Amino acid sequence: MSPALVPDPAAESVSVPQAAPRTVLDASDISRALTRIAHEILERNRGADPIVLLGIPTRGVGLATRISERIAAVEGQSVPTGSLDVTMYRDDIRMKPARALEHTDIPVGGIDGKVVVLVDDVLFSGRTIRAALDAIGDIGRPKAVQLAVLVDRGHRELPIRADYVGKNLPTSLVERVTVHLTEYDGSDAVVIADKTGVSA
Amino acid sequence: MSPRPINTVLITGASIVGGEVADLLIDNGQIVAIGNDLGQNGLAQHGLAKEEVEVVEGKGLVALPGLVDLHTHLREPGREDAETVLTGTRAAALGGFTAVHAMANTDPVADTAGVVEQVWRLGREAGYCDVFPIGAVTVGLKGTQLAELGAMADSAARVRVFSDDGMCVWDAALMRRALEYVKAFGGVVAQHAQEPRLTQGAQMNEGALSGVLGLTGWPSVAEESIIARDILLNAHVGSKLHICHLSTKGSVAIVRAAKERGLDVTAEVTPHHLLLTEDLAASYNPVYKVNPPLRTREDVEAVREGLADGTIDIVATDHAPHPVEDKDCEWSAAAFGMTGLETALSVVQHAMIDTKVMTWAEVADRMSYRPAAIGQVTADHGQPLVVGAPANLTLVDPASQRTVVPGESASLSRNTPFDGMTLPGRVVATFLRGTPTVLDGKLAR
Amino acid sequence: MRHLLSAGDVSRDEANLILDTAEEMRSLADRPIKKLPALRGRTVVNLFFEDSTRTRISFEAAAKRLSADVINFSAKGSSVSKGESLKDTALTLQAMGADGVVCRHGSSGAPHLLANSGWLNGSVINAGDGTHEHPTQALLDAFTMRRHLGSLDGRRITIVGDVLHSRVARSNVLLLSTLGAEVTVVAPPTLLPVDMTAWPCATSYDLDAALPKSDAVMMLRVQRERMNDAFFPSAREYTRRYGLDVHRMAQLPDEAIVLHPGPMNRGMEISAEVADSTRSVIVEQVTNGVAIRMAVLYLLLSGSPDTSTDATTTEETTA
Repeated sequence: MSPALVPDPAAESVSVPQAAPRTVLDASDISRALTRIAHEILERNRGADPIVLLGIPTRGVGLATRISERIAAVEGQSVPTGSLDVTMYRDDIRMKPARALEHTDIPVGGIDGKVVVLVDDVLFSGRTIRAALDAIGDIGRPKAVQLAVLVDRGHRELPIRADYVGKNLPTSLVERVTVHLTEYDGSDAVVIADKTGVSA
Repeated sequence: MSPRPINTVLITGASIVGGEVADLLIDNGQIVAIGNDLGQNGLAQHGLAKEEVEVVEGKGLVALPGLVDLHTHLREPGREDAETVLTGTRAAALGGFTAVHAMANTDPVADTAGVVEQVWRLGREAGYCDVFPIGAVTVGLKGTQLAELGAMADSAARVRVFSDDGMCVWDAALMRRALEYVKAFGGVVAQHAQEPRLTQGAQMNEGALSGVLGLTGWPSVAEESIIARDILLNAHVGSKLHICHLSTKGSVAIVRAAKERGLDVTAEVTPHHLLLTEDLAASYNPVYKVNPPLRTREDVEAVREGLADGTIDIVATDHAPHPVEDKDCEWSAAAFGMTGLETALSVVQHAMIDTKVMTWAEVADRMSYRPAAIGQVTADHGQPLVVGAPANLTLVDPASQRTVVPGESASLSRNTPFDGMTLPGRVVATFLRGTPTVLDGKLAR
Repeated sequence: MRHLLSAGDVSRDEANLILDTAEEMRSLADRPIKKLPALRGRTVVNLFFEDSTRTRISFEAAAKRLSADVINFSAKGSSVSKGESLKDTALTLQAMGADGVVCRHGSSGAPHLLANSGWLNGSVINAGDGTHEHPTQALLDAFTMRRHLGSLDGRRITIVGDVLHSRVARSNVLLLSTLGAEVTVVAPPTLLPVDMTAWPCATSYDLDAALPKSDAVMMLRVQRERMNDAFFPSAREYTRRYGLDVHRMAQLPDEAIVLHPGPMNRGMEISAEVADSTRSVIVEQVTNGVAIRMAVLYLLLSGSPDTSTDATTTEETTA
């Protein structure tokens, strides 16, 4: 889990009771959101044919798989689904010790001429998506790149926007948004907590 | 007015060879009195006025006979970038030595009367300690033809110790001839025991560690087999044999067994072999590269035992200075050798006296009386501190400690394996025939 | 990890991290653009004092695929030419701003000297030092074995040849035992170090006995010239007793593979038929070499020069 970050010194001097972590999306909320996203993808692209889903590890991969299953259920046609590790394309690669790589799996057939739908759990500064776009550029030339996220929490630092959003969640910078998925964490939930407090 | 040369010294309250505390009065190069309160009564008795006398406070110090090193490399002529007779003898004096035997592997090799006389003269001119040149056994140290041992013996240098050190006299027939030949003038052959065919390209002790480090091994048997052979050769021809830098448990056992059988042999051990083990090579730092190599813990314990019980007769430094570039490189390109004159007594104190294995009196025996006897320089050196003896002595403060700093050495070279180590004991003063060469821990001249 | 000097320095977790990273790097070979930006702006110097076109090219390819700038320094230093070569060379490289130095040298311990001397600030990767170690070779060997055999825990690996003079053997024994394999080295007694009690492997003089119990056999290069120093009487006798031919290969279990670090002495330690057989993974070892070296360069040079590798921390990503 994410290590606790250094608390904001200003916050410490005021004795405000810390907000308990709260669940903003439960399992059924998540399920409905993913179903809607799946439909929106099909609607916008007029079917499943051109689509390749690429999840950004870690949890984007699980979400991509779930969206893929829903698309298959609706269209009766399975969509190439894989993963795209962006570790080596991050703009802060020099600032921390070398990070372990995640798995990249480009489906058979590649991405040339396809509509690549990137899938991630939380859209925040936009830097991860920028890295993903660079990674895609070294792999092939898609016809278009679209972005699906479960949660958009604002605070963009780059001109990046999502095409499909599960939930818009305005947050403050002292808050942390955590997505739990059963395949990784044992249950489905989206939780917001103060960084100063204990994360759920 | 030029400073008056110091002729008369009164050392007060020193412990004589670690024993009774007394004053020593030195005059005209001799010990003229030993007793208590010499400052009051003794001076007048010897016709000396207080103003004429240099007083050295000896309280807490141990007075030892001047140390005699049977194995030093002064590098001159030929490698004056590493050491000269001047700088080497300064280092010797600071280490408490009043006599050193200079090994013959110079350039040119000391295999003629001319070169040994040159080294002898350089020693006299420097004046920090007596230099007794060692003559090579074979021409150019090549091991094939005897050098003119007689000429060297008859020269002004009066050579009695002969050695190809650096190289082994590996040819059994030639070693036999050398041992026989020196009988004519009572010489002794000092062997660097290293069978060359077993040590080609060798870098460190052969054992578990050398296999792991990927460094060619120098097996103990290469030393032991030569020692055994030469002891038997010497017994056969009845000459004098000395074994240089003995380093292994097996070598100690062979020498002990030989002495028990009444066979004639003497042996030396270096200070570094009394303290350091091969584990230091794991750092690949060539300051630990030496010939014979640092050995195992078991070997260190065996040579300590051997020195304590007298199987090993003497400590000899094998002071081997090398310029920086010969050690500041990868292991296999580095030269073999460690400096040792200034640290010898401290290391021996650390390994043998502070561990209660030997006394100061025994150290005086191993580092002064016996080396002088083997080197045949007892006319002036290696005599017990008694009235009438030549005033070759050194004063040590056993209670002090110092950290070894290579840059502070009087030697030109910096390759000491004790860099950064804190060692006990400090030489406070050294006297060569009554003249102080070291006073207050610093060179006096 | 700041340097890679010995396979013995690599923990089990670090080894698996390198192998897993190499697995990702390997898939790069299938892409149209075989480049990743991870080492953009970094300078990697190949400091090769010994001839080795194969290893140098492998490191060069690895560095370039990660977008690093590569400088090749080839110096045939004789054993007589002293430290001036190594020290002054290192100081020059430091002045040129080398972030990583890949060093192959004829003297055991030379990379250690580079890493510890203070002459260089960058990371040092040992590409083979004397008869001491060759860690990236062991890593690519382990990687190759893992791809064919799965986890190396409990796998029986046999290494055959001139162990005494082999840096590949030393690194492999250390790494394979770290990964849980059971290693046996086979050689005539003259080609084994005199004291192997500290080695985490078994030893044997009998190749035929070891083969049926081997999941993988690694043949080491044996130089014919060693017979001039009486390590063995003749090349013929060596091959007869310790060479891998098709007859011996048939004694291996069905799924067993044959490796060789190269270059091969065909006909000496390994017959041509075995080298070219389907059991042989020798060519694949070369391919895997680039991926492993990419992984090592990535893990040592891509991040900040911290001493710890952030292997398991999944810190908060600002998505």
